[in-house]
Amino acid sequence: MFRGLRRSPGFLIGSSLFVATLLLGTLLPLLMHLNVEDRVGLAYMPPSTGHWLGTDHLGLDMFSLLVLGLRSSLYVGLLAGSVATLVGTLIGVYGGYKGGFVDDVLTATTNLFLVIPTLIVLILLSASLDEGRSLTLIALIIGLTTWTWSARAVRAQSQSLRHRDHVALAKINGYGTLPIVVLHILPYLSSYIFMVFILQTASGILTEASISMLGLGPYDSVSLGTILNQAIRNEALGDGAWWAFMPATLLVTVIAFSLYIINTAMESVFNPRLRK
Amino acid sequence: MLANHPTAKHILGRAGWYFLTFLVAVSINFFLPRLGDASPVDIILARAGSNLDAATAREQEETYLREFGLVVTDDQGKLVRDERGKPVPTSLPVQFARYVRLSLGGDLGTSILQYPRRVSEIIGAALPWTLALQLPTIVLGWIVGNGLGALAAYRRGVIDRVVYPVALFTSAVPAFCIGILLVYVFAIELEWFPAVGGYDEGIVPGASSAFIISASHYYVLPFISIFVIIVGHQAIGMRSMCIYELGTDYVKYAKLLGIGERKIVLYMFRNAMLPQLTGLALALGGMVGGALVAEMIFSYPGLGMAILTAIQGNDYPLITGCTLLVTVTVLLANFGVDILIGFLDPRIRAGQRSGK
Repeated sequence: MFRGLRRSPGFLIGSSLFVATLLLGTLLPLLMHLNVEDRVGLAYMPPSTGHWLGTDHLGLDMFSLLVLGLRSSLYVGLLAGSVATLVGTLIGVYGGYKGGFVDDVLTATTNLFLVIPTLIVLILLSASLDEGRSLTLIALIIGLTTWTWSARAVRAQSQSLRHRDHVALAKINGYGTLPIVVLHILPYLSSYIFMVFILQTASGILTEASISMLGLGPYDSVSLGTILNQAIRNEALGDGAWWAFMPATLLVTVIAFSLYIINTAMESVFNPRLRK
Repeated sequence: MLANHPTAKHILGRAGWYFLTFLVAVSINFFLPRLGDASPVDIILARAGSNLDAATAREQEETYLREFGLVVTDDQGKLVRDERGKPVPTSLPVQFARYVRLSLGGDLGTSILQYPRRVSEIIGAALPWTLALQLPTIVLGWIVGNGLGALAAYRRGVIDRVVYPVALFTSAVPAFCIGILLVYVFAIELEWFPAVGGYDEGIVPGASSAFIISASHYYVLPFISIFVIIVGHQAIGMRSMCIYELGTDYVKYAKLLGIGERKIVLYMFRNAMLPQLTGLALALGGMVGGALVAEMIFSYPGLGMAILTAIQGNDYPLITGCTLLVTVTVLLANFGVDILIGFLDPRIRAGQRSGK
């Protein structure tokens, strides 16, 4: 299985890209002096040797903004992805394993929230929360509104495990629901849950960027989405100040793309039918 | 008689289900603004800014108190005030019942930013733009994407080696990133298309040829930005679906029997299409969200832009009006796809499967 992954070009490209952005976002703030407090120049100054990516509409150093924005976006993505995967896995595994009425109720709830557009719920929630939209709160809200896909996917998988012999044996031996789920169902789903986590992280980063672009972003930090929001609101597109929006756009694209190809590569390794 | 027909049963069941979902969506719209302690009207008016004179402020307050059904009114629709001149609040269930009744009747209240314009009026002006942009894009994208995906899976070789990576890329790039890239390259650098807006200023929207030419010029970039993403998603889904179908026993058997390729592809396509249709229904909510953000990038005069200005101006009635409408539209589209599936899926026609 892991040999298959090591040989898959998609997995290698995707994971090296993602690790690179991860290092960029976590190590650079420690190694370099990043300054997003002081105006270092005029508005929208083009890139120069002193300021690699020029300045934004306030004259702040764009490179520093970008690195810190990347760090926040990764933080939101990983936190939202963890929450969504955890909630989705719990609901999916429990419903799929239990079956019957509990499963019906959980499936109905999942489908219900799957149909209502997540972005809409997020807009309503963020607009209702007055001033207290911190980065962590936004990540939690995203996680708690996007778990539906994981629940649906995990449920289908755990349902197919329900009637396996080793689960039946554990039942005969008097194991309760929790030990069976933890010891005999979850291990079989681990690679699958990891794939779900990757997709949820990608969607967490994209969702944060989307709602930040609407002006519903965090008040306490700069993220890739708030950089784009500021650039669009302050006419960077019309002024041709590409350094104010292109780097952030490309970073979001690279992160999303790397996570998606990791997922696709894993899918084709774990699902032999797709190889051929 | 008719209600016993499997397809009719399926459609009725789904209708009940969507009504339940609608109630939940309305509840979300109703309860979220009421999460805090303060009355929504206080929040709304405090946010709308205090640059109003006392008389206008009082008039607006009365309008919103009445519209939100927060206070008791007498037969003439006048506010009942207690001895200290304060309005008498109503109970939450009464407010909710009223809200559902008004929403069902299409009454979404009055905008704060553009007071005294009605929310339904503002949405009515924005909706045609959104529908004209999104409906053809999603339907065309679905058809082209599935065609390409099936072709790539069946022919493999060069087509697959081109289609698959390109589809993988376009499906992985967020809608707003493609939007920004398109604006930068084609509107600002090359100046082939206008960057933002829906039509040239100075032209009155209508059935004139000048307006249609101008509007279609502005249509190109937003269309492409949403279209390529949907094509990418659908092509990838259809490709894996068809590769799966190719390995099934019925295809192998049909090949052994010497049935013509054309016919096998047709069988395969039909079987792979149903899950894709269900997938479309489920993905619609996400797609519409992405498309709304794309609209904002292009300042397209549709619902996305209405939501953006409403958020920036804290125009709460307009925000909830737009979100409710988007949700209802997505529910209706889902229901439409479900009805279609009821007619197409032989398992439902035969009464063997009750739904998703």
